[in-house]
Amino acid sequence: MTTQLSIPTRWARFRDSYLLYSFKRTWSAQLCLAIFLCLVLAAFMAPWLAPTNPYDLSQIDILDSELPPFWIEGAVERYTLGTDAQGRDLLSIILYGTRVSLVIGFGAVILQAILGVTFGLLAGYLGGRVDAILMRLADIQLSFSTLMVAIVVGAVVKATLGSSFYSQYAVLMLILIIGLAEWPQYARTVRASVLAEKSKEYVDAARVMGLGSRRIMFRHVLPNTLSPVFVISTVQIANAIISEAALSFLGLGMPETHPSLGSLIKSGFDYIQSGSWWITLIPGAVLVVLVLVINLLGDWLRDVMNPRLYKG
Amino acid sequence: MIAFLTKRLMHAILVMLVISVIAFAIQDNLGDPIQQMVGQSVPESEREALRERLGLNDPFHVQYLRFAGNAIQGDFGYSYFYREPALDVIARHLPATLELVFGATLIIVLLSVPIGVYSAIKPRSPISRFFMGASIVGISVPVFLTAIVLIQIFSIGMKVTLFPEGTAWGGWLNATLSTQGGMPSFGRGQDLVHVFGYWDSNLFSAGGLRHLVLPSIALASIMLPLFIRLIRAEMLEVLQSEYVKFARAKGISPWRIYFVHALKNTMLPVITVGGVQIGTMVAYTILTETVFQWPGMGLMFLDAINRADIPLIVAYLMIVGVIFVITNTIVDLIYGLVNPTVKLTGKPA
Repeated sequence: MTTQLSIPTRWARFRDSYLLYSFKRTWSAQLCLAIFLCLVLAAFMAPWLAPTNPYDLSQIDILDSELPPFWIEGAVERYTLGTDAQGRDLLSIILYGTRVSLVIGFGAVILQAILGVTFGLLAGYLGGRVDAILMRLADIQLSFSTLMVAIVVGAVVKATLGSSFYSQYAVLMLILIIGLAEWPQYARTVRASVLAEKSKEYVDAARVMGLGSRRIMFRHVLPNTLSPVFVISTVQIANAIISEAALSFLGLGMPETHPSLGSLIKSGFDYIQSGSWWITLIPGAVLVVLVLVINLLGDWLRDVMNPRLYKG
Repeated sequence: MIAFLTKRLMHAILVMLVISVIAFAIQDNLGDPIQQMVGQSVPESEREALRERLGLNDPFHVQYLRFAGNAIQGDFGYSYFYREPALDVIARHLPATLELVFGATLIIVLLSVPIGVYSAIKPRSPISRFFMGASIVGISVPVFLTAIVLIQIFSIGMKVTLFPEGTAWGGWLNATLSTQGGMPSFGRGQDLVHVFGYWDSNLFSAGGLRHLVLPSIALASIMLPLFIRLIRAEMLEVLQSEYVKFARAKGISPWRIYFVHALKNTMLPVITVGGVQIGTMVAYTILTETVFQWPGMGLMFLDAINRADIPLIVAYLMIVGVIFVITNTIVDLIYGLVNPTVKLTGKPA
């Protein structure tokens, strides 16, 4: 009689994993994930949830500008969180702005991950000159902070292409800039774990079987290096959202007609001296909550999966 | 040691070369200098002659070498806006930025060492937990937002009416949480003390120091959580080591162990990370200076971008590059000197 060897399905493996076990027992992780999902859902459902459409000029009245949120005297009931300097409903524009910030954050991280994982895999597996060149490049880029690189690249691209062209394609530009500025983080992490995987027997076995380098790299080594990639991705999304906000705050990001959270903070800052603090501080609070829950989730993931990560 | 030194210097020179090529490529591709120099009515043949005479038709590498030769002598051309040598403009703005960085560093060192060490010695105390929680919040707040909140609280002032005014405790809470404001939040102020050359200082007068407080706190806020966490992590590791146990067994007082024996070894990685963070700090000065209109290099750079003042942009990139390369090289050298376990030549063991 032969016993059927049962291979667990992906779902079964996930159900029995330590990750899920730990998640069920960490209330802070559950809370953070809940808040994060609420924010993401609210942002992507903005066209249905938002009371007004802030991109539609016909719905905006300049006479409604700088109205305070509901708990302050002088508030208008229609505008729960008040209005900004152009008379746009703050709640609506924040929902739309969060969507822009999230799209750029995720887009930039996907680009970073594709670049960084490919380069890290090549550097770690091929070694030699490829490794030396790629890692020297990563070192140089990391020795300037990623934010600095992003600001400089953003400034130069904007100056080359002209302001109007830049703001027309701002989302794409920001994804490219932040993606290019931060790939070394991924490359170094992946390279470190590829170096550890490379000397294992399954790689030798695959090579003896006559498989090509490309197949071994992407089909055999790559899946085993993904858990640290997963962990730094959370922190990288938070970083990308902050970088986007910083670039927008400096005027190198989203234009005010199509604002992200960063450009909302920037446009509100001009009115803080006149007492309208809510235009800048409410989007600021949303930004902080968004980044904070992602960072806390990242902390929890790192504790659970505990890969060896770079300090700092 | 000599091999290590040469390797590091070669690396530094290589990085500077890369930066200068990038900076030159920017200068080469942005705008047409001929258009800036001559009027509309000048015919194309004249323009071409001028272009030839100025060497703008030379191949890329010839022009680059000319640019690099001038740059080494400190000649980055004239700023379009200020109409004076770009390097002079930067030299005028440098002291403001350096004083801001100095103020922030002072706050970071004075706060991160005691907090980090304390939370390593007593990792389970409520105070340590509070600081660990606060530090992750601190990492999540962008520096410009910290700056705006500081301005709202300490410069404009905040009247809290969250609690019922009628009751005694509500009124008291409102009064305690409300702030007067009044701290300066704009520029460097009038009370500057001239030291020498381009250096007008905020550090030597009460009014000047008051202007420095908020920007320094804002700039420090972004680095402080990182350093607290780093010092704590390193200290926790060091406290587990044999020599600390031995020192305890020998009967040396705990404070001496913590602050003399353990802290020394904790500081090694802190120096490396700290050196690298100077680079990050320069990026954050751009944001901080923008919020506070602090007339330093960062604000100057941003203005230069908005005015398309290309010589000034290029000069800033080169100067910042030099600052980065020098600090990174020095940090590496110090690390190699004080930590004998570092493999100096980088050869695999």
